[in-house]
Amino acid sequence: MFSFIEPAPQKIIGEASRIFYYHIPQAWISVIAFAMSMIYSIRFLKKRSLDEDDKAAATAGLGFMFCLLAAVTGAIFAKVTWGSFWNWDPRETSIFILLLIYGAYFALRGAIAEDEKRAALSAVYAIFAFITVPFLIFVVPRIVPSLHPSDSIVNEDMKFTMGPSVRTIFFSSLIVFTAVYFWLFNITRRALKIKRHLLNEDK
Amino acid sequence: MPHTSASLATKCLTMLVKDLKLELRDKYALNAVLMFGITTLAVVSFSLGQRNLPPHLLGALFWVIMFFSAMSGLAHIFIREEESGTSLALRLAAPPDAVYIGKLLFNLILLSVLTVIITPLFFIFTNAPVSSAIDFIPILILGVLGLCSATTLIAAIIARAAVKGALFAVLSFPIIIPLLLTLVISTQKLFEGSGVGGVMTELQFLLAYMVVMIVGSLMLFKFVWTE
Repeated sequence: MFSFIEPAPQKIIGEASRIFYYHIPQAWISVIAFAMSMIYSIRFLKKRSLDEDDKAAATAGLGFMFCLLAAVTGAIFAKVTWGSFWNWDPRETSIFILLLIYGAYFALRGAIAEDEKRAALSAVYAIFAFITVPFLIFVVPRIVPSLHPSDSIVNEDMKFTMGPSVRTIFFSSLIVFTAVYFWLFNITRRALKIKRHLLNEDK
Repeated sequence: MPHTSASLATKCLTMLVKDLKLELRDKYALNAVLMFGITTLAVVSFSLGQRNLPPHLLGALFWVIMFFSAMSGLAHIFIREEESGTSLALRLAAPPDAVYIGKLLFNLILLSVLTVIITPLFFIFTNAPVSSAIDFIPILILGVLGLCSATTLIAAIIARAAVKGALFAVLSFPIIIPLLLTLVISTQKLFEGSGVGGVMTELQFLLAYMVVMIVGSLMLFKFVWTE
């Protein structure tokens, strides 16, 4: 809310730079959500409890949603500042590949009817896809140079570069987004569990 | 334990020989992959006509042809087991590692045959510089190894799902992107006349990718196979 009241954080870009309060927390949350999805996938393969699979699917879905939001806000921001919605900047490329991976993950989940089988196969896929990410980090920046600023949050000495009011709004936004994520995660996880039990009762 | 390691190698070979015999009987995967590759190459060649392409497009074209040909046939190895209902017997007869390595070797042979046929045709049909053909060999070998190591596990996954054909490409593509991009970059450099020395970093990357994919697949395969 305060992101609209306080002055815009970046003088050169102006009013549009307010989107930074939404764009960055969304991107962070999506990465956290995907990492959690992989952890729950590993835990499922170890413990074989379908609850873990529900959690992995729930957090992957949320990660996908936040990733999409980050891509959309990023594209709007890019249109205003760089002149085009999409130009295959390394981070745009990696966010695109993340969307592809989890799109494929849900396509796979949709194609398997049995709970146990779906859980195991999608867990394997989530882990397998995740281990290719380091290769992406190596290869993608070699294709197009990045347009993303690397010093908007921390500079080279790991000091915060934001002013006090910007910092307050940014971190409260980050906290609110994280809270929303955990709230949604809790709801989707329980919804998936209930859905599974209801389906099993029908049989 | 020399005894078990020797028996694992024998089991892998038994798997491979069994799959090769089956494949030679109906030649399903081989025909699919070869015809797909040749058709795509012909379409590309026809649509180009007499125009000469710049090297950076040639590299991309070559690997696009290879990727889709691979997608058309590499999944067959596991789908066949499911369709003929032999996967259960195979699960009892051989340890998962042997099954995975056997299938991986089979896919390697399949894709190598395709490469050996497609690559000369590619040099004939397009204006790719023939002088760089020898230097192209290491990239080809590592490319084939990388493609197979990344897609064999995916093939095992999709063989157990409902819509097999479409899912294979959908699931494989995100995993293969780093590999494909590196292959395209290195092929461009080579066709522009860099020589093997100019693509050393890419070759190391391809090698690392292959090793990580095979190790990851070996760790994860038993979860797919025994489920």
